[in-house]
Amino acid sequence: MSGVRIPYDIRKIRIPRGEVHIVKDRCKGCGFCIEYCPNDVLAVSDEFNSKGYHPPIVVNPDRCVNCGLCEMLCPEFAIWNTLKGEVEAQIAS
Amino acid sequence: MEALETVKVKEKESHPMEPLLRMDRMPHIWCPGCGIGTTVTAFVSALEKLEFDLNKVVIVSGIGCTGRVAGYIKLDSFHTTHGRAIPFATGIKLGNPDLKVVVFSGDGDLVSIGGNHFIHAARRNIDITVILVNNFIYAMTGGQVAPTTPVSAYTTTSPFGNFEPPSNIPQLAEAAGAVYVARWTSLHIRRLTKSITEALQKPGFSVVEVISPCAMYYSRINRLGEGIDMMRFYHENSIIKHGEPTENLDIDYQKQIIVGKFVDRERLTFIESHKQWIGETKS
Repeated sequence: MSGVRIPYDIRKIRIPRGEVHIVKDRCKGCGFCIEYCPNDVLAVSDEFNSKGYHPPIVVNPDRCVNCGLCEMLCPEFAIWNTLKGEVEAQIAS
Repeated sequence: MEALETVKVKEKESHPMEPLLRMDRMPHIWCPGCGIGTTVTAFVSALEKLEFDLNKVVIVSGIGCTGRVAGYIKLDSFHTTHGRAIPFATGIKLGNPDLKVVVFSGDGDLVSIGGNHFIHAARRNIDITVILVNNFIYAMTGGQVAPTTPVSAYTTTSPFGNFEPPSNIPQLAEAAGAVYVARWTSLHIRRLTKSITEALQKPGFSVVEVISPCAMYYSRINRLGEGIDMMRFYHENSIIKHGEPTENLDIDYQKQIIVGKFVDRERLTFIESHKQWIGETKS
């Protein structure tokens, strides 16, 4: 790690962690949330919902940062996220 | 494993937009991959951000896919006849000037069948906000050619491609006298929300055009893929140019789309100029 400058405010920065909630039966499988999730939290599931679409499934729950993009892009009002907690920022190794 | 510190937040049991939607009418009729639902989210989050008195917000829609918005948002709303959303909104605004009147309708409703009303409401500068969802086609009736269909695009009534030049909505609005004109796609969700916030606060006739994918008619007949493919196209081909002269904003078939805020100016609204005129004629 020598030579790497540590940001002076790294102790103050808190990274939010969110939880994704999905109403599976409301989903029409457009895939906007899966495509535009910046941290690849979601993926297409193999199961069918009651309408016959494949709803998204949370595959990386630890990576959600509660940005709210899936909630804003979903045309079916079927996905939203809540703030679960915060973690301290770490330098990527 | 990083230590997770839980914070106390009010747990959201259901979707945060549910209090403002008529959930008994869900699921809505919009097809998978349609961008109108996203536009509704942007509009509702703009209303929440502004903290308006929701008893004083009225939504008027015409006919068409976007015309269904008035039925899905749990506010005072009216679903008018085809093309007549703006005259109805004008009546509401003049009858009760305290209300915030929003017209939420499509391109076929507002600029073709109701095109004359659009021009004259902009000319008079009636204090209403128009959210115009442009999907390039008459989607609800089966994909007929619309006045916004780009040249060479196929529709069910232009089986050899459309040869009519499409209307440029921002230029039409600016020329007719609108005080606020912006265009975004349904992918630019945060910028669209900000733009709707500005348009709602602007006194006068404000227009926000939203380019939205039609995944069932426009994209299927032109073989453009699904809604997600059209969103990817918007991602790669939309360029933000604020203040671009509106004559450059023509949309060609599958070419770049210029988005941004183009017009933001001050003019006396209809009610203000009426009051001023009465004052002048009495004195």
